[in-house]
Amino acid sequence: MALVHLSSPHLENENATNQVMLKLVLATLPAFAVLFYLFGWGVVTNLLIAVFSAWGFEALMLKLRKKPVWFYLKDNSALVTGVLIGLAFPPALPWWIIVVAVGFAVIFGKHLYGGLGQNPFNPAMLGYVLVLISFTAEMSRWIGPGLGMGFELTLVSGDSVGLLQTVFGGQLMPDAITAATYLDTYPTAFADLTQKSVQQTNAWVYVNVAFLAGGLLLLWQRVTTWHIPASFLAGLLAPIMVMIALGYSEPQSLILMAFSGATMMGAFFIVTDPVSAATSKHGRLLYGFSIGFIVFVIRQWGGYPDGVAFAVLLMNIAVPAIDYFTRPTAYGHVSAKSKKGES
Amino acid sequence: MTAILEILGLRKKDYADYAQTSKGQFFDFPGGVHPPENKKQSSEIEIRELPLPEILVLPLGMHIGAPAKPLVKVGDRVMKGQCIAQAQGFISAHVHAPASGTVQAIELKPIAHQSGLDDVCVVIATDPTSTEIEFMAALNPDEVEPQVLMNRIHDAGINGLGGAGFPTNVKVSAKRPIQTYILNAVECEPYITADDRLMRERANEIVQGIQIVQRIVSPERTLIGIEDNKPEAIKALRTAIAEMQLVSTKDATIDVIVVPTKYPSGGEKQLIQNLTNKQVPKGKLSADIGVLCMNVGTVYAVQRAVYVGEPLISRITTLTGDAMGERGNVEVLIGTPISHVLNVANASSNELSRLVMGGPMMGFTLNSSDVPIVKTTNCIIAGTAQELPQPPQEQSCIRCGECEEACPASLLPQQLYWHSKHREFEKAESLNLIDCIECGACAFVCPSHIPLVQYYRYAKGEVRNIQAEAIKADKARERFELRKERLEREQAEKEARRKARLEKAKQKKAAGGQDSQQDSKVKALKKSMLAASQEYKNTVKAYKAADADGADNAEALRLAMEAAKAKAAEAKEAVRQANAGERASEMTELEKKQKQLVDMAINNKVLAAALKEIDANEEREDSDKSEEKTAKEAELKALQEQMLALKSEVKLLKAQDKAAANKESDVNNVNAKLDVNLKLAKAEAARAQKVFKEAKKALEAATKSGADNLDVLEQQVAKLKQVAGSELSKMMDLQKQMKESKS
Repeated sequence: MALVHLSSPHLENENATNQVMLKLVLATLPAFAVLFYLFGWGVVTNLLIAVFSAWGFEALMLKLRKKPVWFYLKDNSALVTGVLIGLAFPPALPWWIIVVAVGFAVIFGKHLYGGLGQNPFNPAMLGYVLVLISFTAEMSRWIGPGLGMGFELTLVSGDSVGLLQTVFGGQLMPDAITAATYLDTYPTAFADLTQKSVQQTNAWVYVNVAFLAGGLLLLWQRVTTWHIPASFLAGLLAPIMVMIALGYSEPQSLILMAFSGATMMGAFFIVTDPVSAATSKHGRLLYGFSIGFIVFVIRQWGGYPDGVAFAVLLMNIAVPAIDYFTRPTAYGHVSAKSKKGES
Repeated sequence: MTAILEILGLRKKDYADYAQTSKGQFFDFPGGVHPPENKKQSSEIEIRELPLPEILVLPLGMHIGAPAKPLVKVGDRVMKGQCIAQAQGFISAHVHAPASGTVQAIELKPIAHQSGLDDVCVVIATDPTSTEIEFMAALNPDEVEPQVLMNRIHDAGINGLGGAGFPTNVKVSAKRPIQTYILNAVECEPYITADDRLMRERANEIVQGIQIVQRIVSPERTLIGIEDNKPEAIKALRTAIAEMQLVSTKDATIDVIVVPTKYPSGGEKQLIQNLTNKQVPKGKLSADIGVLCMNVGTVYAVQRAVYVGEPLISRITTLTGDAMGERGNVEVLIGTPISHVLNVANASSNELSRLVMGGPMMGFTLNSSDVPIVKTTNCIIAGTAQELPQPPQEQSCIRCGECEEACPASLLPQQLYWHSKHREFEKAESLNLIDCIECGACAFVCPSHIPLVQYYRYAKGEVRNIQAEAIKADKARERFELRKERLEREQAEKEARRKARLEKAKQKKAAGGQDSQQDSKVKALKKSMLAASQEYKNTVKAYKAADADGADNAEALRLAMEAAKAKAAEAKEAVRQANAGERASEMTELEKKQKQLVDMAINNKVLAAALKEIDANEEREDSDKSEEKTAKEAELKALQEQMLALKSEVKLLKAQDKAAANKESDVNNVNAKLDVNLKLAKAEAARAQKVFKEAKKALEAATKSGADNLDVLEQQVAKLKQVAGSELSKMMDLQKQMKESKS
């Protein structure tokens, strides 16, 4: 009888990191479905290219760092990076842009810092921002988000340019309109609203609602806590509500703020990345609120149309400071003033 | 809110109504987890007794504090209830024999401890036929003074049965007034149901025990904290309290406070926060905020000690786990080997993979089943490999923050983990690593399966080591600096002396006069010495030549040679004395004595050589030889004794010098003096011992050869022995003094 000798505790929760990651990916399904419905197979090519290149770069880096490849691939963190980048891009983007973004995210955003858990920046946002400022033209070429419009792209034959030609052959989509990607779509949508182009605006509302639904799934499954999404939305929406109340803005802009661009995707899937977020509860509230407020500022007065990615990266830098100032009071360390209050 | 949680399946609703927690009675505490309870497997079976084991193994350190001191010897007969080891010091507890039998051994044996180390145990071979019992007299708690009750708790060897095993009498004798007395009936660890069962079956005794403690500490209020997953125990306690209050005239009330099931609500600090909304400040005890916390089992033991007079010789322990054949709770004698327990409970040794003492969250694994049940053993889990599987490989920390949400001490577990892993112990310390109660909630929720508690334990150990090292290094540096100072001073003194000598010599030269007169005297002596030795050499030559030639005047020449030799020796001695006289005026006493010693050593060698020579010289007559030999031997002995005396004198002088030098350093002064005295005493004792031994040898030799002055010799030996003894005791006294002064 060889008895196991181990340190306590002897029980483990069933929770596992790879499952947390997988749940996150599954929670993007509603949004994926809506995007597919709106933009067609271009969304799928984006996703596939992003995910496979993420796996490829991850495996390569693990090999170079002499780590067990399969063991770390299994944690699904590369999958998450790939999926988030894939969903954030305009549909049917040329393959090399996606590969560049994913490669930068995985290599520079993650492994050069020491791998999962060590990166100060959100890798997906690093990759996204790199291509956004490098290939501005491609990144703002969206096909019209007409209902079912995307399906025409699937027809490789015929007079329209095929999807695969667009993605791999360097052809331009004939019916693409130049618009912001939905991580920075806000003023465009706002402009559309004034032009009564309700259809396009509605499309973004659908996408956001789908992300919100996925986000609620995450909360329910305790993949993430409410602190960051709630504080992010508060930071974004509170200022616009103040502006509306003071008469500086129209009431519709509240709906626009909440349901356009990358609001919901950011709130539940991007800002919540635990690795690059603040640690303590109070820290997370401050972190989320700050990002929300920066997004509001960029949207309202900034040069870029949206700015979730920029806001996230900015606050990533501030995380060590936030962590330092928001340490919880440990048991038995209650300060003198709160003691006085008690007695 | 509760309803929503129930719908979502996050909260079980299988507790009866009376177990409902009522808000306002408790305050909750941060963090906590909900591991699967696994209590039903053992909680529904009545407490049973185990058959008497063949041996009982009683470790002397079952409590926190100094281990008890055994009162019995191997082979002694002991009776059930007899005190076999006595508490030593303030924080300690007695150990009693749980059954009658014979003391088989008092030796190091493996015990149930995290470290896996051995401890001194009294092993009793039990006697199943014996019915002897040695309990104390039963007491009526209402009629005796609280002090008597307190003493009884001490006499019964009771320590906390729930956790660390702190001696209960120390707890209740806290100087500070106790406002709140809390009975910890939470039992938050999964699997364990010992307290649950005890409350269900012996609620009256528990309430009596509570009243005894109430009488001792007179608290303003008494609270029983219990989790809402023990509805039957809650009911039993409430009934017992109601009955008790019907017959009792006392107005001290007992409130049962039901708290939500959440691990680790049974941690003392967490329970205090939960029930009183107060936190025990860092580095303080619960008594400092007027709270006394006691476990259910402890209170039951108190009741037995007072009402029955039974010391703490048995306890209730939960036997559970999938490899445990017959689960449930047993009343088991302290010291029962766990192998016996497993046998009786039909544990499957094939399936058993992890043997845990305590609960699955904070218990520790046992390396073997030979270790005994101790006073704090509340549970034995015989876990199968499926039930308690090997943890999966540790993955990367994704900073998800689950651990922080789970931490009941409001620490930052992941930060502590980073710093512990990267050996940044100072940072870990600054994040209050030491406040970690090692409850395991963080490791339980960690999705990356990081053994966080293990990291914290490691870091805590390192922090302690570093602190100890720092203290040691400080002391060493202090010592080194003092030594350096002393050496420098000595060097300076030496230099000063050298200079003084030089100066004196110069003065002498300058002054000429008297000194030069002396110098010339020495010179004259030297001259005459040289002349004498030259003459002697000449006579030797002449004699040798004459002898070889067979000349007539050889004999005369030989005489002349002898005379010359004597003269030369005389001259040499004169020179030597003159030199010595000159130098003596410069020498300190110590140097003089040292010189003398050197001379004596030379003499000693000369004598020894002479002795050897006598032995070697075969031509001489035997009687002559032995006579001379004894004379020389006596001389040699006397000389040696003189030398010894002189040596110790020299030592004394040296030590005095040293002591004088050390006088300035305040820190080491006393110690150094003592040290010096001790060394002296040691030397003295050694000398006395040596002399005594020699005398004894001489006596033995004399006895063998049948000499007639035996009685005189005997007396001498006895006297010497006495001297040696007294020297030795002097030395020991000094050693003791030294130890005291050092501590």
